[in-house]
Amino acid sequence: MFLKDYIKDVYGAVKSLLTGMRLTGYYFTHPKEIITQQYPDNRDTLKMAERFRGEVVMLHDENNEHACTGCSACELACPNGTIKIINKFDITPEGKKKKAIDTFVYHLELCTMCNLCVMACPTDAIKMAQTFEHSVFDRNKLTKKLNHDGSKLREGVE
Amino acid sequence: MVEELGITAEGDQVINIGPQHPATHGVLNLVVTLNGETIKKVEPHLGFIHRSIEKMCESLSYRQFIYVTSRMDYLSSHINNHACALCVEKGLQIEVPQRGQVIRVLMDELTRIASHLLWWGAQAMDLGAFTPYFYAFRERETITTIMEETCGARLTMNYMVPGGVMVDLHPSFQQKVKEFITLIKSKIDEYDELVTGNIIFQNRMKGVGYLTAADAVSYGCTGPTARGSGVHCDVRKIYPYEVYGKLHFDEVLETEGDSFARYLVRMKEIKQSISIIDQLIDNIPDGDFQAKTKAVLKLPKGEFYQRVETARGELGVYIVSEGGTTPYRIKFRSPGFSNLSALDHMAKGGKLGDLVATMGTLDLVIPDIDR
Repeated sequence: MFLKDYIKDVYGAVKSLLTGMRLTGYYFTHPKEIITQQYPDNRDTLKMAERFRGEVVMLHDENNEHACTGCSACELACPNGTIKIINKFDITPEGKKKKAIDTFVYHLELCTMCNLCVMACPTDAIKMAQTFEHSVFDRNKLTKKLNHDGSKLREGVE
Repeated sequence: MVEELGITAEGDQVINIGPQHPATHGVLNLVVTLNGETIKKVEPHLGFIHRSIEKMCESLSYRQFIYVTSRMDYLSSHINNHACALCVEKGLQIEVPQRGQVIRVLMDELTRIASHLLWWGAQAMDLGAFTPYFYAFRERETITTIMEETCGARLTMNYMVPGGVMVDLHPSFQQKVKEFITLIKSKIDEYDELVTGNIIFQNRMKGVGYLTAADAVSYGCTGPTARGSGVHCDVRKIYPYEVYGKLHFDEVLETEGDSFARYLVRMKEIKQSISIIDQLIDNIPDGDFQAKTKAVLKLPKGEFYQRVETARGELGVYIVSEGGTTPYRIKFRSPGFSNLSALDHMAKGGKLGDLVATMGTLDLVIPDIDR
């Protein structure tokens, strides 16, 4: 009786193994079902989702103008102290002082891509870019200046 | 010292499992006292990944602290964020628009499926089957792609904000989710064929790591761990939040209390989550996805508590407010910590090889235990 149960157990185990093997065999013989992507080789065709959060960038138009007024809403919204805005005062032709950004400092190494700065921006001056290959040899390169050299505030943005 | 480790007889020995052991799924150190191959005591040592998230939250505003909680239980980060957002909304007495509520529940259930899938693959891998891990990740990838399109990130989304959700759904969301539902329905049968029906797998899971209903309650176990012992503890049923009260789904209960019962609970919960998504995906109401909130959130003076059901059990968020812009104190009641405390009781008297099977069915996420 013991032997009969034993053989029954072995038979059941082999049968259930074969059931599983049939499934793995199916995928083995159907290479079209494989979804593996060979990452560094597929760089040219790899397209990230449009909302993917890679890093914060400032939008500049063809006249090298941006929409950042230097209100520091993003700086206050950031939980990690990633953003630091250094302001300057321009003298307008009428002789008045006008606030403008001198440097928009962005510490990529502190950023957690939480999107709170983009949500806080009242003029939509910054957005999240889709780049994700951020590794560099020197960590100083991770501290970035987001406003381009010589850029200025777009007309009509308050 | 010797008594502390549980050494009482000659021939007893103490071994360390972890902190860098693949079966602990993270940096958990188990000090196991053995007599031969029989376990006399299991003592978990925690703190290897402690980041003091509770203390960090005290210096962040009510909008900012939510992103940190994604890093607690990273496999159900949406649900963690959801709990915090709900707790802040309770304090501010904001009513979330219907569309926002439905989106939140959809995201929660997708996260639950993703978490259970990953657990299924890891559990099979703990017991020596390597292939299921890849199959589980293949289906989970579909969910992370959906998340990436709508929320902008794959793991730590930070999508729930006080008042609703951060941005509206991606236009292709409904179609993608429907495609995923058809896919996963056929794949679940494959999982049963590959792992659940396997005699070797069943023999390793059945009769291992018993936890009675009374013990589950006294150790504070929640989630699938307690439901495997027949404890009625689904927060979605007992204290419904958002639209869960209006939905039709069953609380999965198994009465066996062993590792295989906990396995079955999780597999059936995937099916329940699918049925919840089925009910909601065609009925997403129009309207706002976010309620109007002030620029600076200030909770009134008082104490607020909110619980939700994560993939691992009951997560509680307790906020003490002094009326300022930052919380005075935050406490998270994490499901993993309570579930882990029952491990010593479950593994005692069993064999060392069964410890891995028992620990796997607790579905431990170490950052959730340490915070």
